[in-house]
Amino acid sequence: MARFGMVIDTSKCVGCLDCVVACKTENDVPDGFCRDWIATEVTGTFPSLSMEIRSERCNMCDNPPCVYCCPTGASHISDFGKLVQITEEKCIGCKACLAACPYGARFTHPDGYADKCTFCEHRLREGKDPACVSVCPTHCMYFGDLDDPNSEVSRLLESRKSKTLLPEAGTRPRIYFLTDKPK
Amino acid sequence: MREYTTTNSNPFVDISHQVWAWEIPVYLFLGGLVAGMMVISGYLLLSDRWQKPKSVAYVLPAWSLVLLSLGMLALFLDLEHKLYVWRLYLTFEITSPMSWGSWILILVYPALLANLVIALPNALKGRFPSLATLSDRMQERPWVLRSIAVVNVALGIMVGIYTGILLSSLGARPLWSSGLLGPLFLVSGVSTAAALVHLLAKEPEERAFAVRADIGLLVTELVFIVLFLIGLMNASRVQQEAASMLLGGPFTAVFWVLVVGLGVLVPMVIQSLAVARRIGHTHVAPLLVIAGGLVFRFVMVNAGQLSHWTPT
Ligand code: SF4
Ligand code: SF4
Repeated sequence: MARFGMVIDTSKCVGCLDCVVACKTENDVPDGFCRDWIATEVTGTFPSLSMEIRSERCNMCDNPPCVYCCPTGASHISDFGKLVQITEEKCIGCKACLAACPYGARFTHPDGYADKCTFCEHRLREGKDPACVSVCPTHCMYFGDLDDPNSEVSRLLESRKSKTLLPEAGTRPRIYFLTDKPK
Repeated sequence: MREYTTTNSNPFVDISHQVWAWEIPVYLFLGGLVAGMMVISGYLLLSDRWQKPKSVAYVLPAWSLVLLSLGMLALFLDLEHKLYVWRLYLTFEITSPMSWGSWILILVYPALLANLVIALPNALKGRFPSLATLSDRMQERPWVLRSIAVVNVALGIMVGIYTGILLSSLGARPLWSSGLLGPLFLVSGVSTAAALVHLLAKEPEERAFAVRADIGLLVTELVFIVLFLIGLMNASRVQQEAASMLLGGPFTAVFWVLVVGLGVLVPMVIQSLAVARRIGHTHVAPLLVIAGGLVFRFVMVNAGQLSHWTPT
């Protein structure tokens, strides 16, 4: 069974927010909330500053604290692509998973259940990419099976430098950010 | 320099994105208080103290049932998907403290009811003669009495620790990342319960017992608070940053003045003076302990959910 993940090239991302709009439209995300977002980090000392722009979302962690703390099993690791998903009808809205996620990836949907990025599972089942990946005008996002050594994501991770967010939190994220320039 | 901006919702900017509001601190406070009352009433049953006709052993179970139900109501009010609450009881999730807690709380009600029947208040005795007969029969069998007492103490300890573990299991919040949080919440819960016993006790001897016990509990709580902070300060960078919220950061004044000062130190001094017969017993000390326990839960929940992992 596949283990889906994403690779995002920070050197190509311009922070246009197309991925955010695509997600909101595709998944009918309610006003005031988002399942993916843009983070911008400026580091260094003037005048040698560098800026990294990242499209962020649930990291589909391999070691997901949000799943471990859920009292009803609503948050679970699904068989399909080993994705971390939420069953709305099982969620009691206790918000433990919101507190457990170090990335702030979850929110409470106005209808009461915990909500977050699903990697557009409904699209994956049709053989399509997640909406954010497919609309990116700079093609900075790659999606695929991390367990398949021949997938594009695996080959990118093999050949380029990458990082995950807050690796020290121990969640083993499955979204990788490429940090070097494309060859 | 590091400057971070995000288009994601931010609880520092929009308070409505905070995870928990007043309900969870109130639930944790009442849960800890009831846990402490179960420990104390179990102890009263095991010792001979409960046989005094005016013993608080006759009122604690009823108070516990009411306060626990209020706590559960607060918890229920916090749920965002209320109609699905029954889902808690269709599964047991071994890694989820909340799942453990909901099953333990199911056991707490029968334990409290059994305690209520065996130490039946006079008001109920007159009204429900069959309950009075049952109560007498139970009292005649020492093993029944002992079992009820031990189960109440054991469940009380579990619930008390659980109120802390519920937070400390959420590793994404560095302020809560301490194994001491469970014992600290337990001691604080028993201490607030001892304070309530002080307020409710009619037997002077029982009141004196509650005061002496509370002094010991407050000292223990203070030691745990200090160890908890020392632990965080010697842990990872994010835990040090979290601890600094209470050590110079935004929660410093409320924590040290209201929780440690007025909630622990002042009542400790007042009660010690009363025990040494320098001053008379007053209700001020137990009221301060109870209020301090409530503020403590608010500080820990609010500061804790604002503490978070930051990149190196
Ligand atoms: S990013 Fe957060 S919500 Fe997503 S799997 Fe990891 S811990 Fe869970
Ligand atoms: S809010 Fe829902 S998904 Fe999250 S931990 Fe509670 S029951 Fe599970």
